[in-house]
Amino acid sequence: MKLFSFQFLSTLRLGVKSLLLHKLRSALTMLGIIFGVCSVIAMLAIGEGASYEAQESIKRLGSDNIILRSLKPPEDTRAQGAGGSGRPSAIEYGLTYDDGARVQSTIPGVRRVLPIRIIRENVRFAQNEVACQILGTLPLYSEMAGLDLPRGRFLTETDERNQANVCVLTVGLAQRLFPYQDPLSHSVKIDSFYYQVVGLVREKSQAEQRPQSGRMEGEPLDNNVYVPLSTARARFGEVLIRRSAGSFEMEQVELHQLTIQMEDTAAVESADPQIKALLNRFHSRNDYEVIVPLQLLRQAEETKRIFNIVLGSIAAISLLVGGIGIMNIMLATVTERTREIGVRRALGAKRKDITLQFLVETVVLSFGGGLIGVVVGVITPMVVSQLTTMKTIVTPWSVLLAFGISGAIGVIFGLYPAKSAAQLDPIEALRHE
Amino acid sequence: MATPEVIIQLVGIEKRYTLGEEVVVRALRGVDLSIYRGDYVAIMGPSGSGKSTMLNILGCLDRPTAGDYFLGGTNVAVMPDDDLSAARGKMIGFIFQSYNLIAQLTVIENIQVPLLYQGHDVRHFHDHCVRLASLVGLAQRLTHRPNQLSGGQQQRVAIARSLVNDPLMILADEPTGNLDSRTGLEVLDLIDKLNSEGKTIVLVTHDEKVAARAQRVIHMRDGQIEREVVNRVRQSPPPEPLPA
Ligand SMILES: Nc1ncnc2c1ncn2[C@@H]1O[C@H](COP(=O)(O)OP(=O)(O)O)[C@@H](O)[C@H]1O
Ligand SMILES: [Mg+2]
Repeated sequence: MKLFSFQFLSTLRLGVKSLLLHKLRSALTMLGIIFGVCSVIAMLAIGEGASYEAQESIKRLGSDNIILRSLKPPEDTRAQGAGGSGRPSAIEYGLTYDDGARVQSTIPGVRRVLPIRIIRENVRFAQNEVACQILGTLPLYSEMAGLDLPRGRFLTETDERNQANVCVLTVGLAQRLFPYQDPLSHSVKIDSFYYQVVGLVREKSQAEQRPQSGRMEGEPLDNNVYVPLSTARARFGEVLIRRSAGSFEMEQVELHQLTIQMEDTAAVESADPQIKALLNRFHSRNDYEVIVPLQLLRQAEETKRIFNIVLGSIAAISLLVGGIGIMNIMLATVTERTREIGVRRALGAKRKDITLQFLVETVVLSFGGGLIGVVVGVITPMVVSQLTTMKTIVTPWSVLLAFGISGAIGVIFGLYPAKSAAQLDPIEALRHE
Repeated sequence: MATPEVIIQLVGIEKRYTLGEEVVVRALRGVDLSIYRGDYVAIMGPSGSGKSTMLNILGCLDRPTAGDYFLGGTNVAVMPDDDLSAARGKMIGFIFQSYNLIAQLTVIENIQVPLLYQGHDVRHFHDHCVRLASLVGLAQRLTHRPNQLSGGQQQRVAIARSLVNDPLMILADEPTGNLDSRTGLEVLDLIDKLNSEGKTIVLVTHDEKVAARAQRVIHMRDGQIEREVVNRVRQSPPPEPLPA
């Protein structure tokens, strides 16, 4: 065994020496493998990073949840609803308290239903005024959205029952409204009412900070105020006035979102069509959407799978090209060194010694290229992350995969040239010029 | 005085090359030859007479089509390829016309190559290899590469290499063919010296003067041994020549 390892080491040394005899040629040959391995790792890292972000934000919506959101129906339907009169009238659409109650009572497997009402208003304290998103909701919200509660408390059942004028602020908003004071000992003013600040929260992700994303462009994302649902209903009424670009429109929306939490993920699958069927009996217009995070997650996984296959194929092709490059060079090398092969055979080399010698050279090329490729491939995503906001994740398996393939390519593409070298007739080889 | 040992015996060696359907070249046509330990044999003959073919068979690089070849007591005529490789490595030392050193290796590494294929750990043989290098006068050039040496020096490295496994016989194919006359003489003197120390030498040459150094000169023609000339008597000749 010791003997073998010594012999192997000297074969290895010899291989490296032979490769160093043609430095540029060896380097260029390696380049194919380097690019191949580097592209496998870097592409998979970028893909992994992108899908990780997508999946995380979907997961935060809760895989047990089904989310219903009110949607403003398309223009033409609204025109009919407004009648012929020129006077602007409130557009009525969206989810209702009844919807929530019906889902809760008729759909099997429902654990709880969380209604959310969203009002856009300015919130004031002293001279400070910030445009906010006011969420009227139940105490349940804190648990279902997984809020962080660094200070104070969240809304309680008592607040809800009493229509209490209390509110909870996101930390970011609190900092903007109360640069110098302690928010917990003050009240904020919304419209013409004062609300006692009872707690500060931090949202888990940006996804929940904007249940109706895209409508508040240019506003900070974490300016949320939470008030009891009953309070929101009493203080703001059902008709909301939206001012936009000089004109204003009125809309009447009872609830903006219903988050339905199911007993388990299995219940999500069966409940999804049942909920749609139930709601469609009461909504003639297309004024709500159903978001099933579980399905989004599956789609994201499927997308990622396809993405990986495509990336994998591209990378495999580039590695294949690298392998062919190696084979090409090794065939040339064998021809060039035919006489050396003859000499070695005359000096006692068996066929398998010659095979091993050339195989070692190829494997040194491909593993060397693989190693450099791994280093470059791990650095590249880091640079990409630094230069862009893209998240990248280098997974250990992609490194192993790329490195393993590069080694395998060395063996596969080296075997033929090495075998053909070993098959040479010693006499012919010695006579070769 | 002890009877010199027969180390090589060719019995009815035939070599035929089949070129196409009906064309058969008979390169060797029934060659019988015995070589004794310590012999110095020169093979001469016109081009195409079968010298190279004979040398290839003697060197276990090729197998005869018919006949037996006993080398150190075993019949190598019927050996599989791997065993032939082993026999070459252990029992034969080659000196080629064009030196055939390995370009990427140093002088000492070139000398070590046959040891590697015998499965030896060359570190244990370092002193041995250095001794051989000084025997051929290259002790100061151990780390030089072939392209840094003259032709004569390269051929002397090849001679050191041929000795490293202490072979039964050294085969030299026109060893001075690529050298000028002065360095050629140096190389021949070295070969003479090896023979005087007991090495068995077989060399192929066109040059009468080279052949004159040998004990026995074998003239070949048309794949057969035409005649054998004995220049001088072996130091310890056999009492009776064996029947051919
Ligand atoms: N590989 C071969 N294929 C066919 N014929 C060969 C081959 N090698 C040698 N011969 C023929 O065998 C004969 C002897 O050749 P060779 O031993 O090379 O002669 P020498 O070395 O004495 O010039 C020649 O006629 C040659 O053409
Ligand atoms: Mg010849």
